[in-house]
Amino acid sequence: MKITDFFKKKSSSDIAKDRLKLVLVSDRASCSPELMQKIRSDIIEVLSKYAEIDKEGIDINITNLDAEDNGGKSAPALYANIPIKNMNHNSKL
Amino acid sequence: MGEVIVITSGKGGVGKTTSSANIGTGLAKLNKKVVLIDTDIGLRNLDVVLGLENRIVYNLVDVIEGNCKIKQALIRDKRYETLFLLPAAQTKDKTSVTPEQMKKLTDELKQEYDYIILDCPAGIEQGFKNAIAGADRALVVTTPEVSAVRDADRIIGLLEANEIKQTHLIVNRLRPDMIKRGDMMSSDDVIDILAIELIGQVPDDENIVVATNNGEPLVGDNSLAGQAYMNICRRITGEQVPFLDLEAKKGLFSWFKKK
Repeated sequence: MKITDFFKKKSSSDIAKDRLKLVLVSDRASCSPELMQKIRSDIIEVLSKYAEIDKEGIDINITNLDAEDNGGKSAPALYANIPIKNMNHNSKL
Repeated sequence: MGEVIVITSGKGGVGKTTSSANIGTGLAKLNKKVVLIDTDIGLRNLDVVLGLENRIVYNLVDVIEGNCKIKQALIRDKRYETLFLLPAAQTKDKTSVTPEQMKKLTDELKQEYDYIILDCPAGIEQGFKNAIAGADRALVVTTPEVSAVRDADRIIGLLEANEIKQTHLIVNRLRPDMIKRGDMMSSDDVIDILAIELIGQVPDDENIVVATNNGEPLVGDNSLAGQAYMNICRRITGEQVPFLDLEAKKGLFSWFKKK
């Protein structure tokens, strides 16, 4: 990040573009809110075996993989940001 | 053989009816034989935008149900001899017409007219399905707002699924001052997101309101919107017309002087 970027506020049209790109990827992937909810609860269930998760802070979304990171092709990708409160080191594995 | 063009958007209030009226009138100005069909049954509006509301006798549902001949229901425009309107019914609902009936009607009109322009209702239900049934190509109208662009994307997907071969985009209500400030997406931004070909960019123009008040579409006059719509019409007929530079204030001004 450049120092100039720090002072420059993102224009509202850029925000609009970013938001649209995100929402259209999930629209086009026809990933319904119900399906997202199921994916979300399954991920939580699996991870809860190993760690205590901050359920309020979870952010799971389908976004677009940047073309440059994917050999020139853009493709949908599942992004998940899951805050961990505590690792359950003593849990029986 | 004529061409059937549906004008659609998904979202309401983005300028479908205004665009239909101006494109229909513009094509008639270019000496084409045109029928405008208002397919928004129950919420008809194209008649008032064209200033023909006092001449309606029969409507689309009357034609479909066989209460009258097509010719009896077509209203000739006040100013252009080759422009006709087939108004929507106001007292029926969208289920009184089926896609098959619409296709039969447009196929018949195609034999005699150069362009059949269908003003599609908002939404993706029955009215939309009726309007696209017989269409050869589609013009999707959007404004540079997230809600309208999102709905346009959905509509483009549905048009593809229904095998409409040619789909073009009209970006309406652009404000060059806001685009310059970074507070509005430009038509380039919108095409970039929707990945379809642009056929027109129409500036936000007070003259549109005045024209609608008077019931006389402004296509082809000296206003920016009037020029933009005329350019769209010429592109529909296959002519290559460069896009107006709406963003450069200076360019816009000198362009005005040229006229």
